[in-house]
Amino acid sequence: MWQELREELHPRGLEIVTVALDAAGAAAAGPWIAKASPRHPSLIDREHAVDALFGIVNVPSGVWIDEAGTIVRGPEPAHPRPPAYKDRPVPPDATPAQRERIEVVRALHVEAERYVAALRDWVARGAESRFALSQEEVVRRSRPRPVSEAAAAAHFAIGLALNDAGERDDAIAHFREAHRLHPTNWTYRRDAWSLSGPEYETVYGTSWLTEVKREGVENYYPALEMP
Amino acid sequence: MLFRSAAVTASELERVTGWRLKAEGLCREDRCVPFVARDQERVALADVGTALGMPLVHDARHGLWALGAESGGHVLTSAIAPDLELPDAEGRPFRLASLRGRKVLLVAWASW
Repeated sequence: MWQELREELHPRGLEIVTVALDAAGAAAAGPWIAKASPRHPSLIDREHAVDALFGIVNVPSGVWIDEAGTIVRGPEPAHPRPPAYKDRPVPPDATPAQRERIEVVRALHVEAERYVAALRDWVARGAESRFALSQEEVVRRSRPRPVSEAAAAAHFAIGLALNDAGERDDAIAHFREAHRLHPTNWTYRRDAWSLSGPEYETVYGTSWLTEVKREGVENYYPALEMP
Repeated sequence: MLFRSAAVTASELERVTGWRLKAEGLCREDRCVPFVARDQERVALADVGTALGMPLVHDARHGLWALGAESGGHVLTSAIAPDLELPDAEGRPFRLASLRGRKVLLVAWASW
């Protein structure tokens, strides 16, 4: 996804590091990485360490870090270009549920051009860029972390370990608890669902569409807070 | 941060969480939190959790304990990028800090 931008901006001092939030690890993310054959570091984060470390709750999310190792922006939704799913037409034989899902997906707030323009500005101007935030602002914008959300991460970690050990039902119980405690963390939700395959809706008693409507379509990818 | 017992040695605590037990208390990078271990040999995870604001979740059936991240404040206590080390698709470890001197765009994505 990011190759072209990386090739454009790498000579100007930017490196891109991708982090795959896949509980299934290299087995799931590996084929995508191999197909992209990127020149930048492409890492696997099965345990969602970056969720706890940076406050990432959905993908794709971007964090900007300057040459000194200081965060200057993020996390926030980060699309290199409008995703293909935004243009998906509604098939004439779509059921009402399918139609609704496609319409909700098309209503998701994706601001690719704006994000990439901001990124280019930062690469060109560094600290002078109006998109680079002060340390105080970066901390101020970071999410509060109530105990419930910290506990969600603990449940997700246990769920992952149990899933690895073949204890599927007990893993699911912990994943469900993680979802309950941190309902706005889409990575815990969708990663856990992916481990159950297509029958995840039956296993978890919900669906992507139900959850997105409950949390608010406008909140799935919040609007970028930038000039 | 996953454990298989309710109390661990100081070295295991440091290895898993990055928090080190010192005379000043529990310390990580340039922060220290007051803490006195009740036992010489092993540190109770519940006590660590209380001191650091980290909830402790216990799965009794499988003998697993997990400490959540520090809570009560914001996700970021400073803008200094946390030390991150993750494997690539071949399992080779990579440290974010190795890119010091470059601007970095870290992008989280997923195959699902």
